[in-house]
Amino acid sequence: MSGTLKSSIAKKVAMALSGLFLVIFLAQHFFINFTSVFSADTFNELSHFMGTNPVVQYVAQPILIFGVLFHFIMGFVLEIQNRNARKIAYAKYNGGANSTWMSRNMIYSGGFILIFLVIHFIDFWVPEISIKFIEGDMSGLDAAGNYRYYDHVVHAFEPLWRTALYVVGFVFLALHLLHGFQSSFQSVGFNNKYSKALKGFTTAYAIIIPLGFIFIALYHHLN
Amino acid sequence: MNLTLKIWRQSDADKKGKIVDYKINDVSPDMSFLDMLDMLNEQLNNKGEEPVAFDHDCREGICGSCSLQINGEPHGPDRLITTCQLHMRTFKDGDTIFIEPFRANAFPVIKDLVVDRSSFDRIQHAGGFISVNTSGNTIDANAIPVNKHDADTAFDAATCIGCGACVAACKNASAMLFVSAKVSQFALLPQGRVEATDRVMNMVRQMDEEGFGNCTNTGACEIECPKGISLENIARMNREYLSASMKG
Repeated sequence: MSGTLKSSIAKKVAMALSGLFLVIFLAQHFFINFTSVFSADTFNELSHFMGTNPVVQYVAQPILIFGVLFHFIMGFVLEIQNRNARKIAYAKYNGGANSTWMSRNMIYSGGFILIFLVIHFIDFWVPEISIKFIEGDMSGLDAAGNYRYYDHVVHAFEPLWRTALYVVGFVFLALHLLHGFQSSFQSVGFNNKYSKALKGFTTAYAIIIPLGFIFIALYHHLN
Repeated sequence: MNLTLKIWRQSDADKKGKIVDYKINDVSPDMSFLDMLDMLNEQLNNKGEEPVAFDHDCREGICGSCSLQINGEPHGPDRLITTCQLHMRTFKDGDTIFIEPFRANAFPVIKDLVVDRSSFDRIQHAGGFISVNTSGNTIDANAIPVNKHDADTAFDAATCIGCGACVAACKNASAMLFVSAKVSQFALLPQGRVEATDRVMNMVRQMDEEGFGNCTNTGACEIECPKGISLENIARMNREYLSASMKG
């Protein structure tokens, strides 16, 4: 079994499963964020729960970080292997004739998402971890005694440059998901009469969720 | 038709190759692509130049010998045909046509447009067969009932001619469509189930050892395959492999 984990099929299955896990996380992240549009209190309470619940912090969060790192590292490793499989490039290669731009450029959309994630972590995750686990303040309250989470989001999206950066990040996320989400089912061996309907669902997801994130960023910027 | 051909020339496997330009005039639209190359070679021979080496055999789309990456696509821009079935009417007068060998480390160039596709043979040898003892007691294959759907699907997979277009089209030079067709044509039949576990494990191991890239599901192989081998075969191979891994 251990030998087979190094095989090309095992690696693609691992990419698919980590990707599917991240897709599920993304939906959860979106629904919590979306509450910030209509209820600051709900958003604050959910954020505080997620930020202080031991199961979320000590079980789910490490799994998530591992999943993100695994997906990125494996993605880059596979890309290097794949490029090495054809050392002499074609003088003319008409990839557009037989495949989508998204499917051929997952490494670039993924690379931009990685850059975006680093910025996103610096914006939101690092300050929260710092307050909670370095300063030891688990209250979630600001100096005035109110939850700080909603205000943090609102202030973060005040500058146009950051809002624009997030919008671009979500566009790349949509491009990545358009191929990646439906492709992960093929990788785990699911290709049958339901695949067409599934592709419809994954395509809708890949457009609606990033659009929703864009809406949230623009909403806070404009308000 | 008057055309400009940009053809990969490489005198042997160890020498560096390059794209060389050739002008060819009075090409009939009714010629096949290989007829056109024959015409070019005649002209080169008459001038005392080395003709362009390229693979061909049956010239009716069933042997899998002909290859060629034509204007960036294996077997050219038309669908469900091999290079020998491609006709010059697909092109226009004055066109420039790039003609290159199928590119992959696992398909090293032997000369000009001829590549060594014996890596496919080694994958087949690793498991693309069923063991039948020829003791005299061999049961007639037709004596074992096979449902129509499975028989048809197995036959669809078996139409793969092993030309390597899937590898040539794939941006990763992955051979998964070929291997999955060979795995599927047996996996769907009772005769093939007996050795199914070893077959998929051994064929995938050999595929990886040959240095083909990993599949990223772009689907280019399915589009470019002259026999229309479906991506469903790759999904089936993935299932077969995962199930075999659990057993092994």
